[in-house]
Amino acid sequence: MTKSTLIGAMLATTVLAGAAAAEDVTLTIESWRNDDLAIWQDKIIPAFEAAHPGIKLNFTPSAPAEYNAVLNSKLDAGSAGDIITCRPFDASLALFEAGHLADISGLEGMASFSPVAKSGWSTDDASIQYCVPMASVIHGFIYNKDAFAELGIEEPKTEAEFFAALDKIKEDGTYIPMAMGTNDQWEAATMGYNNIGPNYWKGEEGRLALLAGDQKLTDEAWVAPYRQLAKWGNYLGDGYEAQTYPDSQNIFTLGRAAVYPTGSWEISGFNGLADFEMGAFYPPVQNAGDTCYISDHTDIGIGMNAATPNPEAAKTFLNWVGSSEFATIFANALPGFFPLSDAPVTLEDPLAQEFISWRAECESTIRSTYQVLSRGTPNLENETWNASVAVIKGEESPEDAGKRLQEGLSSWYDPQK
Amino acid sequence: MSDPHSKPKFRWHIVVFLAPAVLVYTAVMIYPLFNTLRLSLFTEVDQARVYVGLQNFRTLFGDTVWSTQFWNALGNNFWFFVIHMLVQNPIGIALAAILSHPKLRFASFYRSAIFIPTILSFVIVGFAWKLILSPIWGIAPGMLDAVGLKSLYAPWLGKEAYALTTLSLVSVWQFVGIPMMLIYAALLSIPEEILEAAEVEGITGLAAFWKIKLPLILPSIGIISILTFVANFNAFDLIYAAQGALAGPDFSTDILGTFMYRTFFGFQLQLGDPHMGSTIASAMFAIILVGVCLYLFGIQSRMRRYQF
Repeated sequence: MTKSTLIGAMLATTVLAGAAAAEDVTLTIESWRNDDLAIWQDKIIPAFEAAHPGIKLNFTPSAPAEYNAVLNSKLDAGSAGDIITCRPFDASLALFEAGHLADISGLEGMASFSPVAKSGWSTDDASIQYCVPMASVIHGFIYNKDAFAELGIEEPKTEAEFFAALDKIKEDGTYIPMAMGTNDQWEAATMGYNNIGPNYWKGEEGRLALLAGDQKLTDEAWVAPYRQLAKWGNYLGDGYEAQTYPDSQNIFTLGRAAVYPTGSWEISGFNGLADFEMGAFYPPVQNAGDTCYISDHTDIGIGMNAATPNPEAAKTFLNWVGSSEFATIFANALPGFFPLSDAPVTLEDPLAQEFISWRAECESTIRSTYQVLSRGTPNLENETWNASVAVIKGEESPEDAGKRLQEGLSSWYDPQK
Repeated sequence: MSDPHSKPKFRWHIVVFLAPAVLVYTAVMIYPLFNTLRLSLFTEVDQARVYVGLQNFRTLFGDTVWSTQFWNALGNNFWFFVIHMLVQNPIGIALAAILSHPKLRFASFYRSAIFIPTILSFVIVGFAWKLILSPIWGIAPGMLDAVGLKSLYAPWLGKEAYALTTLSLVSVWQFVGIPMMLIYAALLSIPEEILEAAEVEGITGLAAFWKIKLPLILPSIGIISILTFVANFNAFDLIYAAQGALAGPDFSTDILGTFMYRTFFGFQLQLGDPHMGSTIASAMFAIILVGVCLYLFGIQSRMRRYQF
């Protein structure tokens, strides 16, 4: 009895809400970024609604770990929101192929994105685009400026300078040269291999050649990053084998380590924790004067539910996401998540500004394993985690690691056969 | 109890009383079990589910990519089980024997203290032990240092050679209370007269334990062994909480549970594959079924029971 009353009441509110929204279109946004709820409600939504009377936004995030499962069941049940926040690559591609995400290739806002930015949310042949790129994270190294000043070290520009700096820190002994552990495995691959790698395989050039089957993981360009990683083991803290990701974050923000290989997503968290000044440098190049390549990895996109009753309003919103107005609000509210559009953006956070400034100096690419290559079994991303850790610990030689990964990849990926 | 004069009626109350348990058990255990077995015979091709017979099992055992992972996980499972059998159960029996000693003071305090970890969540246990053993914040290096044994310390959870054994011992620490309690109860149920009769014959102390108590608690030990077997081959939580779904370092702590989880639900860029996941789950089911049957028909039916 009470239950049916409750259901009745809920139905009534839905109907009433629908009636109230009859003049105004309300777009519901599905997202896993529940951390960003306040930013959406206080900044992004008011800015959009002020510029677009008649369209209301409702941001309804779920927990990151549950998002994919929740979204899939909502989409299958037909109860998902109008706007869908897209994970990069295969997870969203699967949604598009299942007919849940609309083709939005024709959107004008799409013109302001580079092919690298779009690669996370387009079909394999890049002909159809199903999400607007929203944010990326840039890899590099954050360092303790006070420690560097104390030891008289400059930001390293080349690999030789990088290792000279690490040697100096190690010799001095006050600081752990580099804060990274191998317990959680992904840091070694994401902050290690895919951070320093693009300098060797020349960013997009090498990545696309690998996709096309013109390069192999046993080529020098793909093995050399492992060779550098093999040297890292010496500079990590005692017992790094059991050091977890939060351990590394704490070691660095407590001022116990000098260098932290990382991604820009740490910036907002670290700003509140570290009481020393932080600087950042991009992955050092092999020889002075070489072009630098950075991993500017596509992380968040936003698309349209193919079954939305309000496609026009949804398109208006997606176009706005591609504008510089959105880019500026988003980038400043979330320093460390950078807009992907070509629209010029100024950031107030100095560390975030440092990261984004590399885009002008260096060539951008994305993590090598994310597009297409991690679709089969064995999964190249997981294997790369494993290989990076094994190489750092000295349990596998860089050449063997390359060979093992190539064997795994060629076992299922036709262009590499 | 029934009236001998009337014809035996269909005893509806049995059905009524069994129904709730049968329904709940069917809904949450039997149906999912058979559905998992069924799912392992299918695969997905172009968004549609296709029947492929035993193809998934052929892939699991025939394709080296899958089979090496499977055998690695199974081997680790065996090691996990062996450690429990060799460490947890003897310690549990010893603790029970000590606790049942009539002259022991504070017995109930020890009993509770040893049993408490079993009611803790795996997440808490995994996290707490990770912190204790952490090379950075942990108290393990400091404690070893204090007794001059710092050289024995290693980041155990991060070393391939030690990680699985370390986690097994953590699990032993957590669950040693279970065999202790079961054996304790069995020991208490041994009638005083038997022990007194033995005492008259001059069998006391340790001899009484080996010659009288141990044979009498053997059925309990058998039950504990089979419970340990089932629990260990179904294990997942502790490894997942401590080492994550990739069960590092280098899959050295990967057991069937984590392997199944990774395959079924996907991991990072690896998309979930419910069909291969079910195949692994079915294999786990078969292994446990065979183990339990071996025990039931091979050991338990031959075990001697004593009636008092």
